Amino acid sequence: MSDYDAIVVGAGPAGLAAAYRLAKAGAEVLVIERGSYPGAKNLSGGLLFGRILRELIPEFPQEAPLERHINRYILTFMTKDSTFNLDFKGQGFSQEPHNGYSVLRAKFDRWLGEKAEEAGATLITNIKVDSLLMENNVVKGIVAGEEEMTANVVIAADGVLSFLAEQAGLRDRYNPANFAVGVKELIGLDRTTLEERFGLTGNEGTEYAMLGYPTKGVSGGAFFYTNADSISVGLVMHIDHTSSHQVSPSEVLEDFLAHPAIAPLIRGGKVLEYGAHVVPEGGYNALQKLFTDGLLVVGDAAGLGSNNGFTVRGMDLAIASGIYAADTILEAKAKGDFSAATLASYKKKLEDSFVLKDMKTYAGAAAFMKGDRLFNAYPKLVEGIFTSIYTQQSTPKENLLKSVLKARKESGVTYMSLGSDVWKAVKNL
Amino acid sequence: MNGLSVPEKLSINKYELDESPHIKVDQEICRKRCQNRVCLFICPAKVYNEQNGELAVDHAGCLECGTCLVACTQKAIDWQYPAGGFGIVYRNG
Repeated sequence: MSDYDAIVVGAGPAGLAAAYRLAKAGAEVLVIERGSYPGAKNLSGGLLFGRILRELIPEFPQEAPLERHINRYILTFMTKDSTFNLDFKGQGFSQEPHNGYSVLRAKFDRWLGEKAEEAGATLITNIKVDSLLMENNVVKGIVAGEEEMTANVVIAADGVLSFLAEQAGLRDRYNPANFAVGVKELIGLDRTTLEERFGLTGNEGTEYAMLGYPTKGVSGGAFFYTNADSISVGLVMHIDHTSSHQVSPSEVLEDFLAHPAIAPLIRGGKVLEYGAHVVPEGGYNALQKLFTDGLLVVGDAAGLGSNNGFTVRGMDLAIASGIYAADTILEAKAKGDFSAATLASYKKKLEDSFVLKDMKTYAGAAAFMKGDRLFNAYPKLVEGIFTSIYTQQSTPKENLLKSVLKARKESGVTYMSLGSDVWKAVKNL
Repeated sequence: MNGLSVPEKLSINKYELDESPHIKVDQEICRKRCQNRVCLFICPAKVYNEQNGELAVDHAGCLECGTCLVACTQKAIDWQYPAGGFGIVYRNG
């Protein structure tokens, strides 16, 4: 007889969604968190897309500590001297149900932890799980210090580094090509200044995704979005590229914050927190095994992240995986069988849902994003074209086509590579 | 705009300091096999530095991001989470 139906290791969105769902259904569930509260170790550089959370907790928009709903999305191609924006403001995004929110994880995860506890889950904090308790390759529970606790199923929600999935033999040691490093500053700015500066009304918010100069030619990008009275700003840089380019993410971040397009946006702000975390960036093709006898892997631990350049997703995929893990455990409990054969329906649920369908759609994006031209040549090309269009000279203006051709030549992009990149973009994004 | 150094930024963060280090480096591997000293530049907390040819680790400022663990392809870094309740405490996240 096990101590619990399920032990969840890690109180992030994936683990807590699973715990909430299980507890609601009457299962005995324990969540173990190494931080002193849920979210104490958690960091995000992205938005919370609300659709799946609404299915789990319909009242969340009224209850959760959300910063702002985002109704304006800006994609920026940046060089040292220029910025080119694709600026989309959707009034539809201002209406309930909102599409995406900015959140601060120490607050949001803490709230989700309280919801799980209210639903009946037991949450213990300040405990580090050292390893899985295994018998004949079957996961039977966890070991924390001197203590052993048993469960029918353990949910590894222990984040992107998932030592538990590794111990269970579900994943290889980290391949730098499949991970990025995210560095982030939270900059406090009084609410009135923030709203005036960004043209925000009420709880509206703006998100920027920026390519090119922000990462100094390393594949990745910058994020920048408004919270209630602060700004989240940072970079995500692929680790293999950062290594080979021999650049320091913290120094690149400093240069980015000093860029003439960024500095005025954060002027007068006060740094409230500085953080960093590894991000799963391998996409669909890098996914590893997600279950074994007595174990399910969810969220970042499972490598569930999606990045197509415009949108970076993780939290909604994490919440969905937690829900499907919980549903799988409830089915297994009804059958009294927690073997891998039964738990395999977790993978099936992910495959049938938006989680793996969307990740599959963008499966080529991870490789496409690694293309050097996207971060160096194209921002340069865009700069060349628009500088030429807007520059008034004493000599007669050449026509647009000539400007484009000249800018192409100067950017070093060949017709062949341009054609191939457009084709890849259409295919993969 | 802020121009803060990494140590200044870390000093704004909240930490519960664990006296026993959660990061250990195999100096032998670093000496013999490492080509690029990636940990010296990639760590966002600048936890690693070089002293008399040896790698020194200042674990107190660690953001627990795991970048060094992924980036060190020679596997010279033995990195674990700090003990429960210790290490970085994000107040915002």
